[in-house]
Amino acid sequence: MQFDTPATTNPIDRLKVVGQPIHRIDGERKTTGRAIYAYEWNDPNVSYAYGYPVGAAIPKGRIKSMDVSDAKKALGVLAVVTTLDVGDLKKGDFNTAKLFGGDQVQHYHQAIAVVVAETFEQARAAAALVRVDYAEEKGAFDLEKAMDTAAKPEESQEPDTAVGDFDAAFTSAPVTLDETYTTPDQSHCMMEPHASIAAWNGDELTVWTSSQMIDWWRSDLATTLGIDKEKLHLMSPFIGGGFGGKLFLRADAVLAAFGAKAAGRPVKVALPRPLMPNNTTHRPATIQRIRIGADRDGRITAIAHQSWSGDLPGGGPETAVNQTRLLYAGVNRMTAMRLAALDLPEGNAMRAPGEAPGLMALEIAIDEMAEKLAMDPVQFRILNDTQVDPENPERPFSQRNLIGCLELGAERFGWNQRRGPGSRRDGNWLIGVGVAAAFRNNLLVPSGARVRLDREGIVTVETDMTDIGTGSYTIIAQTAAEMLGLPIDKVAVRLGDSRFPVSAGSGGQFGGNCSTAGVYAACVKLREAIAQKLGFNSEDVVFENGQVRSGNRAVPLAEAAGSDGLAGEDTIQWGDLSKTHQQSTFGAHFVEVGVDVATGETRIRRMLAVCAAGRILNPITARSQVIGAMTMGVGGALYEELAVDTRSGFFVNHDLAGYEVPVHADIPHQEVIFMNETDPMSSPMKAKGVGELGLCGVSAAIANAIYNATGIRVRHYPITLDKLIGGLPDVA
Amino acid sequence: MQSPNQLEISRRDLLISSTATVAVTGVAADGAAAQSAGKIMDHTTKVSFTVNGERRDLDLDNRTTLLDALREHLHLTGTKKGCDHGQCGACTVIIDGRRINACLTLAVMHEGDQITTIEGLGEPGNLHPMQAAFIKHDGFQCGYCTPGQICSSVAVLEEIKANIPSHVTGDLTRQAHVTPAEIRERMSGNICRCGAYSNILDAITEVAGTRA
Repeated sequence: MQFDTPATTNPIDRLKVVGQPIHRIDGERKTTGRAIYAYEWNDPNVSYAYGYPVGAAIPKGRIKSMDVSDAKKALGVLAVVTTLDVGDLKKGDFNTAKLFGGDQVQHYHQAIAVVVAETFEQARAAAALVRVDYAEEKGAFDLEKAMDTAAKPEESQEPDTAVGDFDAAFTSAPVTLDETYTTPDQSHCMMEPHASIAAWNGDELTVWTSSQMIDWWRSDLATTLGIDKEKLHLMSPFIGGGFGGKLFLRADAVLAAFGAKAAGRPVKVALPRPLMPNNTTHRPATIQRIRIGADRDGRITAIAHQSWSGDLPGGGPETAVNQTRLLYAGVNRMTAMRLAALDLPEGNAMRAPGEAPGLMALEIAIDEMAEKLAMDPVQFRILNDTQVDPENPERPFSQRNLIGCLELGAERFGWNQRRGPGSRRDGNWLIGVGVAAAFRNNLLVPSGARVRLDREGIVTVETDMTDIGTGSYTIIAQTAAEMLGLPIDKVAVRLGDSRFPVSAGSGGQFGGNCSTAGVYAACVKLREAIAQKLGFNSEDVVFENGQVRSGNRAVPLAEAAGSDGLAGEDTIQWGDLSKTHQQSTFGAHFVEVGVDVATGETRIRRMLAVCAAGRILNPITARSQVIGAMTMGVGGALYEELAVDTRSGFFVNHDLAGYEVPVHADIPHQEVIFMNETDPMSSPMKAKGVGELGLCGVSAAIANAIYNATGIRVRHYPITLDKLIGGLPDVA
Repeated sequence: MQSPNQLEISRRDLLISSTATVAVTGVAADGAAAQSAGKIMDHTTKVSFTVNGERRDLDLDNRTTLLDALREHLHLTGTKKGCDHGQCGACTVIIDGRRINACLTLAVMHEGDQITTIEGLGEPGNLHPMQAAFIKHDGFQCGYCTPGQICSSVAVLEEIKANIPSHVTGDLTRQAHVTPAEIRERMSGNICRCGAYSNILDAITEVAGTRA
């Protein structure tokens, strides 16, 4: 199905199932331990062996030699496969650093061997016996030091944008801001480690893995192994979180495949938790300079956002300036990104790449600017709203209700109770409130599905779409149920299998809208097949209450299916509606914090998000995505930082004890409001995404609340107590 | 669980075991390796415990954690391995009424113990009230930390009932109460990166309310 004109009324608009607060259809499996994740597949007739990875102990250089003799002799060991054994391997399209193969070390903990043994304990013990002789080379690990050598990324990244005359407008503006902000490297820290089981059958390979994007992985694993993609069967029906960390093929799948080949048996490999932050990808640190100029009445006349980030050679920038191109009005504007070559592990997508760190900086700058203008920060944002792309005023937003989010949020949160910085106190707590805008683009990716109706009247949806906790199983079932006029318990959903039609996958908050639109398209095909079989005119046919009806004829779906059943398959393809119209999602975050006057410890007291993101397909799962994102935003504001050892070239705090993510005690009750909205430009579902929107702006709202509580402006995340304690009032 | 006496013996065995390992890795190849193999093989142990009401007899490498005994030997994979270092709580199970990180305890330390895992709390169609409450309040997303959160939740309510104090318990001389602060504090060893904490609190609070 080609989606190239705005959606009109369609069966989804009935909203009998779609849009309803339906509990997750995989809930019983997940809460009883019956959902099977990658490492857990077990065929009692198969004897699985265990692979344990070895990571490089230097950040950059060459492996001169590896001595695996002791490892091979260790009890239970079946095989040892080293990066030297397999030689140079072709790298998949989506990875910057190679995952395995060859003598070059590009980053610390890059996989250099897998030891396969009868048991996990034996493999782990033997892995410690692998001895490596390195020729270490000098590397660059310090972004600040590398700023001056940072280069312009390739043009496809749009590294430089400019409209009007920023310099002149900024120089002449009566009120200006020029500040620099930093965000640290962050780690996804999904709860399920990267894990794979690989089983060869001749030249065919089956891999159970934990992947957000089945088809990307399949292509890249086939490339890496040098096998035909058609010979590779990938399955990932349950994924224990991803947040971007499982978008691209990872080493566990490659090591399992090589290990299984060498051992002649299926092999299981999970990345040990302490290997994950340096072996896999992370959100790169940024240094961001923001300049804003405004009239005395608060209208922005000039806005500039520059960002520096680092990555391995061949990698890309953290696109932290992108939202600034679209979020606020202003005739004179520029953005620039520069990319430093660093020899830290690969930087890549983590939840809301670009916008999350970009808004961490921009939305503090907006708060600072409002203060300079003596304006309320909500009003300052409303005043500078734009209904068109500021770089191209001919191009409107498809929907944009940022003002509605800010106004409703302010009302519900009690924003009018806000006072000046450092003026509210509750016992030992300095109290403050903060606000930030949320913004994330709506991306459109082709997505396919197959839908079958059987003689029992059960509809089965098959797509390689994944559910990383987002609720894909449930919203896909709701979509098929709505399209065919069935209750949700008559729909079965099968996901995450490379034998199914290729979907959008889970990423960029596009999965919900795009994958359900693909299911919609497949259901249209199935409806046509049913109507055709019954000799109904597909124009006036109605699917309702388990029946298909045309005029005064009504046939139960089970009967229509017949003994052979009927099927429909299609892929949603996108026209140019996202070019003619800017499609984005909007929100407003409101936060209240307390800062301990003596220790500088920050505690979150209240959080509210208001989101305008098109049709909400399921208010339960959508709300969960938003509160989860708000929680991640608390981590980004207060705790999360991969500490770089700039001498040895690695992330030091590479486990869940050292890299602190929010826990129960850190998170208060959270409120989420969704604006009642549909976006006919986005898809037949009229939906957009919320999974990343929920994170965008949260950390800045917290930073602004801390400023309001203490009068201390911190521009360097995370806002730990050491950055506050020197500025707190004296306590007796 | 474990008498101090048994624990002493286990510790001594471990010391002997690690001495042997050091000796072996220090010795050059051939004959020594074959000899060491026999010695290390001696360091497996038979252990019997009850899991979800069923007696289980295992012969395990002494290094096998309770977590790997459950997952890899008994194929009870509801108990999750998130970090294997006691940092995340995904492996929480209940032993003789108390919760424990199954990754931080060796299986051989649990002779005779009564172990309850997520599979033993309830099953599809016959859910434990806490499992039902997690579904009702959407107290999870990816589901990977969920079995640990649920096992912890069940044990937390028992801990409060048993008047075991926590860091946030104000008055140690009075009965502890189920409050949001108590639940959040006691649940903080169970990380949920999807960030379902606010919903998990609602689920636990509801179950605590119906039990009171």
